[in-house]
Amino acid sequence: MIITQLIHRCRSACCVLEIHPLRKLFSTKSSMTSVKQKNAKRIEGLEKNVWVAFTSVASDSSIVNLGQGYPDIPPPSYVTEGLAQAVMVDRLNQYTRGFGHPSLVKALSKVYGKVYGRLIDPFKEILVTVGAYGSLMSSMQALVEEGDEVVIIEPFYDCYVPMVRMAGAKPVLIPLRTKSSKKTNFSSADWVLDQDELASKFNSKTKAIIINTPNNPIGKVFTRSELQVIADLCIKHDVLCFSDEVYEWLIYRGHEHVKIATLPGMWDRTITIGSAGKTFSVTGWKLGWSIGPEHLVKHLQTVMQNTLYACATPLQEAVARGLLHDFELMEQPDCYFSSLAVELQGKRDRLACILQQAGMSPVVPEGGYFMIVDVTALNQDLSHMEEDKPYDYKFVEWMIKEKKLAAIPVTAFCGDESRKQFEKYIRLCFIKQDSTLDAAATILKNWSKA
Amino acid sequence: MSRQLHARRVEGFDKNIWVEFTQLISDYKVVNLGQGFPDFGPPSFMQEAYCNAICGGASMHQYTRAFGYPRLVKIIAKFFGRIMGREIDPMEEVLITVGAYHALFCTFQALVDEGDEVIIVEPFFDCYEPMVMMAGGTPVYIPLKPVITGSALSSADWLLCPEEVASKFNPRTKAIVINTPNNPLGKVFQRDELQMIADLCIKHDVLCISDEVYEWLTYDGEHHIKIASLPGMWERTVTIGSAGKSFCATGWKVGWAMCSGHILKHLKTFHQNSVYHCPTAPQEAVAVGFQREYDVFGTEESYFRQLPAQLHAKRLKLAKSLRSVGLQPILPQGGYFMTTDISSLKVELNDPDTKDEPYDYRFVKWLIKEKGLAAIPVSGFYSPEHRADFQNYIRFCFVKVILLMDIQNESEQYRENYTCKTFFKQIIS
Repeated sequence: MIITQLIHRCRSACCVLEIHPLRKLFSTKSSMTSVKQKNAKRIEGLEKNVWVAFTSVASDSSIVNLGQGYPDIPPPSYVTEGLAQAVMVDRLNQYTRGFGHPSLVKALSKVYGKVYGRLIDPFKEILVTVGAYGSLMSSMQALVEEGDEVVIIEPFYDCYVPMVRMAGAKPVLIPLRTKSSKKTNFSSADWVLDQDELASKFNSKTKAIIINTPNNPIGKVFTRSELQVIADLCIKHDVLCFSDEVYEWLIYRGHEHVKIATLPGMWDRTITIGSAGKTFSVTGWKLGWSIGPEHLVKHLQTVMQNTLYACATPLQEAVARGLLHDFELMEQPDCYFSSLAVELQGKRDRLACILQQAGMSPVVPEGGYFMIVDVTALNQDLSHMEEDKPYDYKFVEWMIKEKKLAAIPVTAFCGDESRKQFEKYIRLCFIKQDSTLDAAATILKNWSKA
Repeated sequence: MSRQLHARRVEGFDKNIWVEFTQLISDYKVVNLGQGFPDFGPPSFMQEAYCNAICGGASMHQYTRAFGYPRLVKIIAKFFGRIMGREIDPMEEVLITVGAYHALFCTFQALVDEGDEVIIVEPFFDCYEPMVMMAGGTPVYIPLKPVITGSALSSADWLLCPEEVASKFNPRTKAIVINTPNNPLGKVFQRDELQMIADLCIKHDVLCISDEVYEWLTYDGEHHIKIASLPGMWERTVTIGSAGKSFCATGWKVGWAMCSGHILKHLKTFHQNSVYHCPTAPQEAVAVGFQREYDVFGTEESYFRQLPAQLHAKRLKLAKSLRSVGLQPILPQGGYFMTTDISSLKVELNDPDTKDEPYDYRFVKWLIKEKGLAAIPVSGFYSPEHRADFQNYIRFCFVKVILLMDIQNESEQYRENYTCKTFFKQIIS
C-alpha cells in the first residue's frame, strides 16, 4: 500500500513537471539534476507561442478556421508550375548564392526598383531570408543588442517582442488608440498613435522602431503624414526603422501603401521587409526579403552566412519567375499584386456585413487580410470559465468549442498593460474560399439561436 | 548615422570562406571541385516526389506544423528509431530545420551562453566556430593529428590523443562538437574513439553535438556509428542530419535535429522565435524519400547504398589522378571530400593581391584563376592558433560526374580533349 502510494505521488509530481516518471525514478544521471543541460538565457521565458496553442485546437476539420493567417485559396498556377519546372533542373536542386539566388535578387531589384523609384543593387541591398520572419530575425540579430530599446506599436505581430528580447534588448510598447466617437462603421483608420505619447518613447537608448503597414491584426494602413511623424522622430533621435510590409499589395480602394523608406532621410536608416508567402499566397514556401542600404544589409548578410547560409534554391527560382511574370503586368488588372486585393475586398466586405448582422462590431481594415471585431455587444457570459486569462482568449476557446468557429484573440498581439484595451476583440482571417466564408456565415447567422 | 549600427555579436564574422570562394568561382570559368555539392541532380524518385507534393493540393503551399511536417517527423523517427533500436517520439524528439546548418544554429543558440566553453575537433566545418562565438561561447580546439602507419595516407591515420582530449574538459565545458564522417578529412570515427568522447561527456556532464550529415557515405566496409546510441548518450546528444546530403539535393535545405525531449524543447523555443516554420512541399518530398528508403533499407535498391557505391569509384579515381601529379591525397573513409597535401608541388605564386594570405588560400586562388580548377583551402577549417600549421592542404569534392570523364567531350561546359589525368597534369605544367 505504502509503496503504491509513493509511486503514485512520484507519478503525479512527474506529471506536473512533465517528465516521464519511470525514467526519472531509475536513471542515475537525471536531466532534472543537470544544470548544464539548461537552456541558454536568451530563450528564457519565450516558450509560449499563441500559434502553437491555437493551430492544434483548430486542426479539427469540423471547425471553420478563420484563425491562423494563411489562405485556403490556391496560389496562382504559374507560380506553382514555376516550382515544378525548377525542381526538374538538376543544378537548381543544389546550393545557390547565400544572400539570395541571383535570378531572385535581380527580379526583386526590378520590381522594387520600380516601386521605390530608385536603383536597388540586387547583391548589396537585398537579402533573401526564410520568410519575412527570417528577415525580422536577421535584422534583430544584426542590429540590436543588450542595452538597446526597440519601440513597438501595439497591437503587433506577436514575434516582435520575443525577437527583441532574444537579441537582449528591451521592447518599449505604444498602443494604437481609437479616438473616434463613432458608434458604428468602425475602420482601421480610426486607430491612431498619439504623437506626444510616441515622442515620449524615444530616448538615447532607442535603437529602432518596428512598424507594420498594413498592420496585423488591425489592418491599418499608415498614411504618409503618420509615417512622416515616425520618420521625423527616427531622424531626430538617429534611430533605425524596421518596416514590416508583408501585406503591401493588399490595399483596398481609397487607400495607398506608402513605403517609409521613400521618405526623405529614411532610405539610409530603414530595413523594409517583404514576403513571397503573402505576395503569392504561398505561406508554406517561407521566403522573404530585406531591402535597405548596403551599410545595414551587409550586417544582415553576416548573420545569414553564420546562421542558415542560404535559402532553398528551387523555391527562390520559382518566386523569381513569378515576380517577373507579374512585373510585366504591373498596373494592369491582371497583375496578381492588384487582382488579389480586388478579390479580397469582396470577401472583406461580406465578412464585415455578416459579423454586423450577428451583433458584433467589425473594424473594417484598409489593408491586409485580417479583421478585428469587437464582441462586447454579444454580452457573452464566460464566468463559468475560471482560468485567469483575458476575455478574448476565453471567448475564442468558447467559440471554437460551442460554435465551431476559430479566431485568434487580439491580446496575443499586445503587452500586459494594454490588455484591457484589446480584450474584447478577436481577429478573423478572410483570405478564404467562398465555401469557408459560407460556412462561417451560417454559424454567424445562427449565433443567437441555441 | 553616427552611432555604431551593428550588434557586437556580428563583429568579426563578416568574412566567410564560402562567400569568398563561391564568388571567385563564379567569376572564373572553372571545373568546380570546391564547394560541397554534387554536379548532378537528386535521384528521379526525389524530383518526382517534390513535383507530386507541388500538385498535392493547396495545403502543400501553406504553413505546416512549426516543428516539422507531421509525415516527415514520423518517418524520420521511425527510420532512425530502427537504426538506433529505440522508440523516438516524432513530436518531442525530432525538429525539422532549414538544412543542417540551421539545426546547428538552433542548437548553439538554445544551449550555449556567455561563459560556456565548447570543444571543437579540428579540422572542423567552418561554421561551428562563429556559431559558438555568436552564442557568447568560447571555442576550445582539439586537433586530429596524422599518425602515419602505412604507405598510403588515410583519414583513419588522423587521431585524437585521449589525454589531450581529456585535458580540454573542465567545469565550464558545455558541449563538444563532433562531425562524423568528418569534413574535410573524411574520417569516420570508430566505436572506441566515440566511447572515449562519450565517457568524458558523461563524466563531466557535457552535451554532445553530433553532425552526421554524411552518415550514408562510408567506403571500404566502414560503418557509421551514432554516438547517441552509446549507453548514457541519448539524453545528452543532439544528432544533426541533412536531407540535402542524404539525397544529393543540397538546395532543398531540409535538415533535422534529433535528441531527447528535455533538450529539444529548447531548440524548439529558439526555432519558433527565429524562422518558426520550414517550407512544406520539400518536407513532404523528403518524407516520401525516407519512406522509400525505410522500405528498401539494406537492399540493392536503397539509394543510401547506391550513392556510396557510385562515389567509391570517383574517390579512387581522384586519388589516383592526384598521385599521378605528385600530390599526396588523404584517402577518406567517408564523406565527399578528399584533402590533399600540396607541399611537394613548388609553384611560383606571384599574385600581389594574395601575398598576406595563408599558402593554401594563395594556392587555391592561383588554381582557380590560372588553371581553371576550384578547390577549398583547408586552413580555413582550423582555429586561428593552428591555421599556420595546416597551410599545405587543400580540399577537393569528388561528388562530381566530371571525374569519370575519360573521353573527348565537346560540350561547351567542359574543356575539349579532356581527361582527368591530363587535367591534373596541367597543375604542374
